[in-house]
Amino acid sequence: MNLMRRVFLGRFGSVGALTIAMASGLLKPVKALAAEWNKAAFDATVLADSLKSVGGVSATESKDILINAPDNAENGAVVQLEATSKIPGTTSILILIEKNPRPLLADFEFSNNAEPYVFLVAKMAESSRIRVLAKAGGKTYFASKQVNVTTSGC
Amino acid sequence: MTEGIKIRATLKGDVVEVKARMDHIMETGLRKDPASGQVIPAHFIKQVVATLNGKTVLDAQWGPSVSKNPVVGFRVKGAKAGDKVAIKAMDNKGETFNGETFVA
Repeated sequence: MNLMRRVFLGRFGSVGALTIAMASGLLKPVKALAAEWNKAAFDATVLADSLKSVGGVSATESKDILINAPDNAENGAVVQLEATSKIPGTTSILILIEKNPRPLLADFEFSNNAEPYVFLVAKMAESSRIRVLAKAGGKTYFASKQVNVTTSGC
Repeated sequence: MTEGIKIRATLKGDVVEVKARMDHIMETGLRKDPASGQVIPAHFIKQVVATLNGKTVLDAQWGPSVSKNPVVGFRVKGAKAGDKVAIKAMDNKGETFNGETFVA
């Protein structure tokens, strides 16, 4: 407790700095800890706009992002996806279904020893490429994989 | 319609593999009711936060393309048996869902 207090005061120096930190949103109440939902990104209806909203336009293609998804998915309502980033320092993984009416599926941020890996079940409207973005060291990387869907899940 | 989040947390070496299932309709807001022709309003989980012993390990934002009754999996290094895994989720109507379990 005392140690934490010392570290904390060491970082912010004074009550004045603390007030500034709070006002600038560095310190938020516990309830608001989750990042603000990126409405623009999730509402985007075409891939280019989704990518723009998540900083993925000029991403570099990487073989160190692994996508585990079926080549052929019979039921587009339940398509199991796994994404892993082997890029050192990966802090987040985003998954987009390029041809879905709302391409951005999910954005995962990792902290406190969470591995850059996620499993998620998606709905797919039609056959599409799955694009996975990984953010590491201030850069964005991507990989993609085609998934063919027999029955639409939307 | 909605119950708590069901979580399974299995230790493999020093990595805990977590799988969680939420009961939720995950309505996209793009479908029409075939009978009335009216658009069915969107109703989906948009935020999910997972903690291990109280520390945030996963902070997720979801769109409506996540499947009905979502299943999400993630892994955390340095975990041990008895550690507490808790997950909170919130949907676009502000309803919240919780679940917790211990690493086995």
